[in-house]
Amino acid sequence: MNTSYFISLITAVFIGGAAGYVGSLMATKKMSLVGDVLSHIALPGIGLGLLYGINISLGALASLVLGILLIWVLSLKTELSMESLVGVVFVLSLAVGFLITPREELLHSLFGNISAVAMPDAVVAIFISVIVFIAAKIIYSKMMLAYVSEDLALASGVKINKYNLIYLFLIAAVVAFGIKVGGTLLTSAMIIVPAAVARNVSKNMKQYSLLSIIVGVASAIAGFAVFPFLAARFGLSFNAIGPVIILASIVFFIVSLVFKNR
Amino acid sequence: MIDNKEEKLLEPGIATPQVVPQPAMPDASEIILEVKNLTVSFGEEKVVDNLSFNLKKGENVAIMGPNGAGKTVLLKALLGILPYRGEIKWSVSAKISYVPQKILPEKNLPLSVEEFFRMKKAGKEQTKKALFSVGIMDERFLKKMIGTISSGQLQRVLVAWGLVGNPNVLLFDEPTAGIDIGGEETIFNLLNKIEKERNLSIILVTHDMSVVYGFADSVLCLNKKLICYGSPSEALGPDSLKKIYGEGVTFYKHEH
Repeated sequence: MNTSYFISLITAVFIGGAAGYVGSLMATKKMSLVGDVLSHIALPGIGLGLLYGINISLGALASLVLGILLIWVLSLKTELSMESLVGVVFVLSLAVGFLITPREELLHSLFGNISAVAMPDAVVAIFISVIVFIAAKIIYSKMMLAYVSEDLALASGVKINKYNLIYLFLIAAVVAFGIKVGGTLLTSAMIIVPAAVARNVSKNMKQYSLLSIIVGVASAIAGFAVFPFLAARFGLSFNAIGPVIILASIVFFIVSLVFKNR
Repeated sequence: MIDNKEEKLLEPGIATPQVVPQPAMPDASEIILEVKNLTVSFGEEKVVDNLSFNLKKGENVAIMGPNGAGKTVLLKALLGILPYRGEIKWSVSAKISYVPQKILPEKNLPLSVEEFFRMKKAGKEQTKKALFSVGIMDERFLKKMIGTISSGQLQRVLVAWGLVGNPNVLLFDEPTAGIDIGGEETIFNLLNKIEKERNLSIILVTHDMSVVYGFADSVLCLNKKLICYGSPSEALGPDSLKKIYGEGVTFYKHEH
């Protein structure tokens, strides 16, 4: 239990930090909607993984990559906005995922099952987190420039379409390897909440991105720290740690609101 | 992205191209931009239709025309951020910079002015210099959030951003003439000053006739097709004005 607890903690810390950082790039309302629903596109892959005994992270990744490519191609071919396309692919994935995911596993797919995190999973998750972090750092200021003005970004030679695609893949990676920690529902929270916290109190991009990482990491640590007490008090199983991490991040959010309104 | 709603209001066929007297070119000064048979279409609709003109180094051009005439589209085609047919040839020495129409950053966008300039690889000193040349002297300004500065200041900041990297061509999309950028100065005094200091070619989209007469060496009137091109006093006869804006346009020439 102790080793497994420790492995889970390390995994959650890395995924939390990477999710927070990547999430902070959803600086606009438009993009945060995209990130919100994107994680659910993993569901059919998780379902297939469970059915055929493949690693669910790989199943999720395959499903996400397919979904993202579909969204990206549709956004280039049609006049529809990214949000509505993500919406369509999202409900499709949810429906298919719900149908093929075994009933008893459905809850884990949605809310995570961190006790299923084994050593190899942890190593891969840490590795992926670092890669995602580096890639996000490279595209960060270009993405921000595109938020300020797409025309300015294009005129400065930023290939917005290309960066959008890279960005979606980064989210896919975080979601796929964060799924054991938080499931699909809660992984999206790990992407969105830290950035929202940081946005409430940041005055510049440096503070904002740094704080997003810190809140992501701190939520994971806080979740693991309070979990034993909650578990003892309410008889929670170890699976419930994902939701506890998210609740911890929500506490940070409430604190940030207090600071914002001062 | 591009608003063409008002095009429906224009009668088709008004815009017959006319052989326009080109401004005399006694010296063989360097041509910095050559545009030949430029056509930009959105689907079936030609937004810029078979446009040709040249731009000399150091020349200031005002692009004018009614809403939906394709002015912004032309600018974007010149920047190479819209697909087009025809030819746009910038000379090798051209260093182009762009000042967009307006941007509306969200109020709480976590981005400081200094960081905005860093996106263009401008260091602190370079940023200060660029801001200085648009009249922003206060160093504390660097720390301000870009969404919280006034629209006049934002306009200055965008001009300064365009100046980073010492361009010799500035493409300027419809600076709002009435905007209060602080002090007595208008955005056009500012442009005049910058143009003199840096010897830039400025291509700007404008509705403001006083700008056309006070600032531009030549004017290019556009209503999808080229309506007139030449020095303002030559090109903007009552006939061309009618062709651009329709009957009943009266205009009083400002003398500066």
